[in-house]
Amino acid sequence: MNFTGYDNEGFYDELFDAKGQPRRGADLLVQRINALPDSELQRRQQAAEKALLNLGITFNVYSDDDQTEKIFPFDIVPRIIQSQEWQHLEVGLKQRIRALNLFIDDVYHDQKILKDGVVPADLVLSAEGFRKPCIGLNPPCGVWCHVTGTDLVRGGDGEYYVLEDNLRCPSGVSYVLENRQIMKRTFPLVFDACSVQPVTDYPIRLLEMLQEMAPAGVRSPVCVVWTPGIYNSAYFEHSYLAQQMGVQLVEGSDLVVQRGEVMMRTTKGLERVDVIYRRIDDDFIDPKVFRADSMLGVPGLMEAYSKGRVALANAPGSGVADDKAVYAYVPEIIKYYLQEDPLINNVPTYACWREDERNYVLENLDKLVVKAVNESGGYGMLIGPHASAAEREEFRRRIIAKPRIYIAQPTLSLSRVPVLMGDHFEGRHVDLRPYLLCGDDNIYVMPGGLTRVALKKGSLVVNSSQGGGSKDTWVINSTEGPSPESPLQEQKQEQEQDQNQEDAPC
Amino acid sequence: MLSRVANSIYWLNRYIERAENVARFISANYNMTLDLPEDASDQWQPLINTTGDDELFKKLYGEATRDNAIRFLIFDRRYTNSIYSCVRAARENARSIREYISSEMWEQLNTFYLMINAASEETVMDLPHQFSAEVMNASHAFIGITDATMNHGEGWHFGRLGRMLERADKTTRLLDVKYFILLPSVDYVGSPYDNILWAALLRSASAFEMYRKQFGRIAPRNITNFLLLDRSFPRAVHYSLAAAMKSLNQISGGQSDSYSNKAQQALGRLLAEFQYASLEEIFDYGLHEYLDVTQTRINQVGEAIYEGFFKVKIEG
Repeated sequence: MNFTGYDNEGFYDELFDAKGQPRRGADLLVQRINALPDSELQRRQQAAEKALLNLGITFNVYSDDDQTEKIFPFDIVPRIIQSQEWQHLEVGLKQRIRALNLFIDDVYHDQKILKDGVVPADLVLSAEGFRKPCIGLNPPCGVWCHVTGTDLVRGGDGEYYVLEDNLRCPSGVSYVLENRQIMKRTFPLVFDACSVQPVTDYPIRLLEMLQEMAPAGVRSPVCVVWTPGIYNSAYFEHSYLAQQMGVQLVEGSDLVVQRGEVMMRTTKGLERVDVIYRRIDDDFIDPKVFRADSMLGVPGLMEAYSKGRVALANAPGSGVADDKAVYAYVPEIIKYYLQEDPLINNVPTYACWREDERNYVLENLDKLVVKAVNESGGYGMLIGPHASAAEREEFRRRIIAKPRIYIAQPTLSLSRVPVLMGDHFEGRHVDLRPYLLCGDDNIYVMPGGLTRVALKKGSLVVNSSQGGGSKDTWVINSTEGPSPESPLQEQKQEQEQDQNQEDAPC
Repeated sequence: MLSRVANSIYWLNRYIERAENVARFISANYNMTLDLPEDASDQWQPLINTTGDDELFKKLYGEATRDNAIRFLIFDRRYTNSIYSCVRAARENARSIREYISSEMWEQLNTFYLMINAASEETVMDLPHQFSAEVMNASHAFIGITDATMNHGEGWHFGRLGRMLERADKTTRLLDVKYFILLPSVDYVGSPYDNILWAALLRSASAFEMYRKQFGRIAPRNITNFLLLDRSFPRAVHYSLAAAMKSLNQISGGQSDSYSNKAQQALGRLLAEFQYASLEEIFDYGLHEYLDVTQTRINQVGEAIYEGFFKVKIEG
């Protein structure tokens, strides 16, 4: 098994440079894979898939009648990110979330940014994620968005761009943690030698952050994860995070508001809840305030929240900054609140509500990606170069009818990674979703994050609901390099293993 | 603990125990019919009758044959007590409390389900006996993993309570299989054939060796005594009820000779009945009738548990 014959096909490849040489930090991994006996890598890939199935690490697919659970396809070759490059991304991501939190707080209080005309007021106030009942609310520590999963992509120029902010209930972090477990089992020696930055402390950090948010005076806060239930597509993750943090996983029917306090129903009666990590959309959390037909919600929750009796992560209303129309203004938002230039750029975005940009979009539908601002998960999207004439015509009609809800971006030549396809490697497009936790006065960025792969040849859609898979992401400390004695040690270890086991170490 | 979680862990255990016992029924019946003379050997209707779900069976399949009885009891997705449906329901319950149980428990249950699911896609069931043994093993493994990896706290007690009530109920039904089997004539009672049937029954309850050690000869009265009233055989009804009672007392936190809720009251009375029962009285009353009444009383305990622990009342 080796990379001989692997072709970049002119795309930016995450593992190999344009000349086909391993990038900095990736050479050790490439060497090891090249040295594996035939079909060994496939064997490990199959073992990893079997492990995922037995562990029941699956997601649910909506509107799929019988087989509703699927494994999230997993590719065994990790994506490598070099640590200097990562440091730049980390600083840029922190900058962005600080500005977005200031923006949300402003929108629900003085609305200075709207009054100053930096972002059009009508655009913000008509955003799908804007929640009028949240005006004037003061979430604990002034933070609205506690958990973020920013989507990044790398273009053909080798630069990273922010594609989406995902400020509501970003999912996928459980796959990062499980993928890492599996990779440690699959490539223990390479893993050890590469000094990969850890991600496994995420659940502890998440719990600490939630505890910090507890209402004043609560000594040992009771935190819970709130799931819509086992039929939700991310149910595995909800239960996984609750399990890893050692807190209760609750459904709406477990919670009740009594005398202004949020309580859960237990076998010994009602017990108070202080902090809720909710993985359920704003619309459904309280039928008294938001959608009255919500069967999942807890009547009276928002009142308890607004009086500071319970904390919610993320704060209701955070989604206003997650609107794809607002996205177009994030560079201005960063400049406005922080007086800094954005460290990571947006993907160039054409706003269809501006006449000149709309005309450009309509004339170039075959070159652009068009997105509805209120859709996610790869739905409501046109990929111009891959679409039929009829599909483009359909979007032309839609854009003219409702310009407010469409943006367009150039079709990015997304970077690729090698993926195991049968007995050889092929390049596939990827994105990257690092996860951020915003606490009282510190922001944590998980090193790496979820690398999603569009497994269909040539496809640019990485969403799990549409044929996407994932791979582990290794942020590698290549600056220090391996210490002088370690390669020897490793060789020795390897020889010993060769003698003892049939398994080739890697 | 959350009422919903308690409810799920209780049912998860009941379903696994139920699946295991359906496998035991099939295995018992299969062994018996193999040993009977040919003119009496095709007896699958009696087995369907013991389940109490004979009406549904009739609607779906009509006449009982070996093949359709096995299909119904093992794989039928329309039948809520088939092995497939039970394991699936157990897994759904486990999925909803995955953060509460140990990952080892979940993994065992998930592989159990995947095994049944894969088997359900095969068209023929050549070796029902072997399949039944696999189901029993998977269930035993789950119990062992639960004991070894989960805190023996409130949740564990809810699990054992569910499992033991289910087991008590199913052992009464297993004893009844013999009642429903139609012997060619009354001459068979007490004949070598009859002994073979009783021995098969003991084996299906994994009780053969334990029974032999205690009583030696195969004798119907002793077998009934053993499966109903034994205090130390873990599948005996008396043992199961006593174990259920211990867990219920732990959950309720009361004294063992009093009660603080209706479930404790109902189960305590039923247990006392077994503690002071005599075989003579049971046979005078009629074994089949006695088993029937016991089943009804176990159901009442189940209802009281639901009312007392899973349905939480809210003020105002």
